[in-house]
Amino acid sequence: MAVSSIASTNPDRRMTMTALTQSAARVRGRNPLPGFGLSLGLGMTWLGVVVLLPLAALAVRAAGMGAHAWLRAINDARVQAALKLSFSTAFCAAVVASLVGVLITWVIVRYRFPGRRLLDALVDLPFALPTAVAGIALTAIYAPTGWVGKLLAAYGIKIAYATPGIVLALVFIGLPFAVRTLQPVLEALGREPEEAAASLGANRVTTFRRVIVPELLPAWLTGFSLAFARGLGEYGSVIFIAGNLPYKTEIAPLLITIRLEEYDYNGAVAIAALLLVASFVSLLVINLLPLLFQRGGSHE
Amino acid sequence: MSEGPRFSNDPLREPGWLRWLLILTAAAAIGLLVLLPLVMVLGAAFGKGFHAWWQALLTPDARSALALTLFTAAIVIPVNAVFGVLAAWVLTRFSFRGKRVLLALIDLPFAVSPVVAGLCLVLLFGSAGWFHAWLQAHEIKVLFARPGIVLATLFVTFPFVVRELVPLMQQQGADEELAARSLGASAWTMFLRVTLPKIKWGLLYGVLLCAARAMGEFGAVSVVSGHIRGMTNTLPLHIEILYNEFDATAAFAAASLLAGLSLLTLVLKVWLEARHGDALAQSHRRH
Repeated sequence: MAVSSIASTNPDRRMTMTALTQSAARVRGRNPLPGFGLSLGLGMTWLGVVVLLPLAALAVRAAGMGAHAWLRAINDARVQAALKLSFSTAFCAAVVASLVGVLITWVIVRYRFPGRRLLDALVDLPFALPTAVAGIALTAIYAPTGWVGKLLAAYGIKIAYATPGIVLALVFIGLPFAVRTLQPVLEALGREPEEAAASLGANRVTTFRRVIVPELLPAWLTGFSLAFARGLGEYGSVIFIAGNLPYKTEIAPLLITIRLEEYDYNGAVAIAALLLVASFVSLLVINLLPLLFQRGGSHE
Repeated sequence: MSEGPRFSNDPLREPGWLRWLLILTAAAAIGLLVLLPLVMVLGAAFGKGFHAWWQALLTPDARSALALTLFTAAIVIPVNAVFGVLAAWVLTRFSFRGKRVLLALIDLPFAVSPVVAGLCLVLLFGSAGWFHAWLQAHEIKVLFARPGIVLATLFVTFPFVVRELVPLMQQQGADEELAARSLGASAWTMFLRVTLPKIKWGLLYGVLLCAARAMGEFGAVSVVSGHIRGMTNTLPLHIEILYNEFDATAAFAAASLLAGLSLLTLVLKVWLEARHGDALAQSHRRH
């Protein structure tokens, strides 16, 4: 409104516009937007107090423990069993979640069928459903007395209170990560590469294997790493279904809480530091992946 | 919703039987893994009738757990909204040293196990913690009390609002804010009349995800709460206690409240994506 009033009162309109552009350029140079100091200061303080300070406490404690305390914590067979279980179940679950994720994403993006939008919406439920609720519900369903567990028990398959139960809970947790990282990539892929492949005589299987899979691979790996990192630290949904037997079905996060209850701070810190480093590494890999694929690919 | 031409012998399409097989497998996977637990919660909660459900929610422990969960959410959600907007503003409207580091640090809580987050707070405020002596001298209780629960929830919900707003505000650019400033708008006017209307749906989206997590957080809160009945039990912790005491009906009754909340979250999320998809960050735009 102010612009038009200046323009209409000024006899030489072109002159005014030039002046305005110049003043805008001058202003742009020193960024006229307000609140830099305030928002940076408050934002940093907030990040520092809520996130960095607690993590620093863990880092300082882990670094100051000394080699002897570290060795004692790591040489514990129960700790090793828990870490092994957590890593292997998180890995299996990430594999299953990312494979099922491809199927679900494919169906949601490529096909039109009644209930498609409901299916799409339900994928997000594990994000929204509290982990404790998911945990007791999955346990009730897949326990030997549950709706599905009863059927499987007839064939001698045990899910709840055993390792498969842990994997099941982690697949539940990881599935949305797999689907939601693949979905935008598959949507953006378009049909042209497939049309080209088909016109060159490739059949559907070859097209999928040689054209679609390579395009989806980076997003697939990202979804895999996200599901893995999340599964490694997951607690709420797993502890109900796992059975929590030491050396057998006791996950690493649970052992942290047990060590804490025993006031064995060093023991808890050692496990926590290892879990933390492992999920940082897997997330670092995600961030480095694009570089890897860009180098080999022909993008840009 | 572009529906491609449907030719019966389209070489670009899978054969019909395969399409339906894939659709049914995907539906079965979602059904067994996601839908069934939801049905289970509601079925078990109302299995002994509406009256038993209502009675389970009326116990003093259940009511105080619900109150604590709402109390925590009532602090965590506005704090995250305000600081989320501030952080997104500084990250998208200014360039400064260390910006990339800051962006990476914001995602940090997603990489940390909730139990580890709780442990970190114990190391700060517990009996061997950095602030223990000071807190004791001032008779402030953080651990096994409400402040600890709020801090743990703040930690795990930290990224939600910022992560939604940063890509959105990057896409939108600063032109309108610059125009407002060059026309003489005050900082406050610019924010209220230009920025807030542009980001409100994205902000609501982030707040929604933050709220769902705040009310459902289990691991981090479990470590710092001390599980004192009627005092420091949130709704998820209350569910755990009931479940471990084999009071399944009451556990599922409490769980049905949280499941209802998560369903509401999903419905609102779908509505936001469908109705205001253009005002959300690109990654949420569908179809």
